[in-house]
Amino acid sequence: MPFIPHTDDDVRGMLAAIGIPGIDSLFDEIPAELRARALDGIPLAASEMQIGRLMSERAARDGKRLNFIGAGAYEHHVPSAVWAIVTRGEYYSAYTPYQAEASQGTLQLLYEYQSMMTSLTGMDASNASLYDGATAVAEACLMAVRAHRRSKSQRILLPAALHPRYRDTVRAVAGNQKLAFELLPYDASGGQTTLASLEQYRGQDVTALVIQQPNFFGTLEDVDALTDRAHEMGMLVIAVVNPTSLAILKPPGEWGAKGVDIVCGEGQPLGVPLSSGGPYFGFMTTRMEHVRQMPGRIVGRTVDLDDKPGFTLTLQAREQHIRRSKATSNICTNQGLLVTAATIYMSLLGPKGLSQVAATCLERSGQLVDALTRVPGVRLAFGGPRFHEALLLLDRPVRGVLEALAARGVVGGLDVTADYPSLGHGLLVCATETRTPEDVETYRSALADVMKNAAAA
Amino acid sequence: MSNVPADLRYLKSHEWARLEADGTITVGISDHAQQALGDLVFAEVPEAGRRVSAGEACAVVESVKAASDVYSPVTGEVVAGNADLGGQPELINQDPYGAGWLMRIRPDDRAQFSAMLDAKAYEAALAAETH
Repeated sequence: MPFIPHTDDDVRGMLAAIGIPGIDSLFDEIPAELRARALDGIPLAASEMQIGRLMSERAARDGKRLNFIGAGAYEHHVPSAVWAIVTRGEYYSAYTPYQAEASQGTLQLLYEYQSMMTSLTGMDASNASLYDGATAVAEACLMAVRAHRRSKSQRILLPAALHPRYRDTVRAVAGNQKLAFELLPYDASGGQTTLASLEQYRGQDVTALVIQQPNFFGTLEDVDALTDRAHEMGMLVIAVVNPTSLAILKPPGEWGAKGVDIVCGEGQPLGVPLSSGGPYFGFMTTRMEHVRQMPGRIVGRTVDLDDKPGFTLTLQAREQHIRRSKATSNICTNQGLLVTAATIYMSLLGPKGLSQVAATCLERSGQLVDALTRVPGVRLAFGGPRFHEALLLLDRPVRGVLEALAARGVVGGLDVTADYPSLGHGLLVCATETRTPEDVETYRSALADVMKNAAAA
Repeated sequence: MSNVPADLRYLKSHEWARLEADGTITVGISDHAQQALGDLVFAEVPEAGRRVSAGEACAVVESVKAASDVYSPVTGEVVAGNADLGGQPELINQDPYGAGWLMRIRPDDRAQFSAMLDAKAYEAALAAETH
């Protein structure tokens, strides 16, 4: 069925009515060099059977590799029930329902999601999700500027240990809105953002400090001290957290004496499978005093005329369909389907199950680091405490080592040399609960083999 | 018909202003504006010390239907925001020309106040808007 409902006769009739020879002449005023040309190299249509065959052949070329990359997207076990429930017709919608009277089930689910996220992060209010983790950080920076009314500088401190792609996204989204970003160094031995690096801003107007926990290197920051110092210096604090880690780490709402002001992060670890970078979802929670500055949809619980409980979108006057260009955000996509998966994932695991996942990640990544650093030419970059990821330093370029490992069926981690050239040959590795002790041994022996075969650079 | 006190000055965007004895002007939204917005649930007022320009959006009033900007009628310095609105935004509905005031501004040039619409001109503007 064609997407455009007009028949050829309809089109001819309309063209005749306005007296032009063809549709192309409607675009005459656009210069020829600005028009999109037809795409080159697109083959003719293939049948479903042919496409299915082609795709399974290509998928088979990936092989079954053991994955040790994390760096913002994490391979976790997702119970089969999660996606079996998510793909039921009743839930199968990508977006927030505006029509409350027809969407009570979906709205209730989003409300439960928000309750779970506020409980996990230790904050008062959650939105119904954002586009992804990186844009959630950008939105949090913009929100901090709106919320911190005494600060006029629009200056935000970003740790160098914040995910490099998050830093790129924050600059891309918020950099043209008169926000200024300054990079905070990390301690060369511990891999943590130092308290001392904040001191150079004492007495200055700085809007907010971003703290990622664990940071990009997998290292745990001294979040209590950083939060207290930033608050004392008049900044708001934005926490960027891994939701799985919160099952065993202190929630940002309890960091320092007062807790942070805004929490955000990537929701993918909660029941969303790895999928070439997305779709994933971002989450955001905050204190009640800042709730009107929080972007995105928020579902609230209320009562109807007969005093029966019900759910509806709330605080919509902040949003783009009402406030237009003055909305809290105009990129407040929410990832309804993925949030549905996260809600079902969290409800199936429960607090105890999520703690077990986090504890197993911690144990397994510890075993991974112990095993890999026994290989000659491999050492741990930083001595600070970690969650489920660690930065290793090799005695030779990482790229060749990763290629040799891939040939042995091991995806050995992320090469961070280009992002952190001063560290040397940096390799970021991760092990979640899905990696077994046997997997760790497979990686260790493959790495030992690779490192033995090629001489150090 | 909404209440338009004769002793105040107005903008077409439905702000009112009153010249106080100390030379500052008090600003709020008109009875017509509060009726049109419906039940107010939140008001964001500027902090004392902020510089504002005539025509600059410097406060926000939010009802269950909409959030609207409130524009400063004059260039000057904000002397006070109405802190009572934090807990009782409904004061704007109940008493738009009294307890529901939004901010007090010390104008750089009092002529900007004098140039605002008088009650008669504002009533005419309202009539033109509704017909």
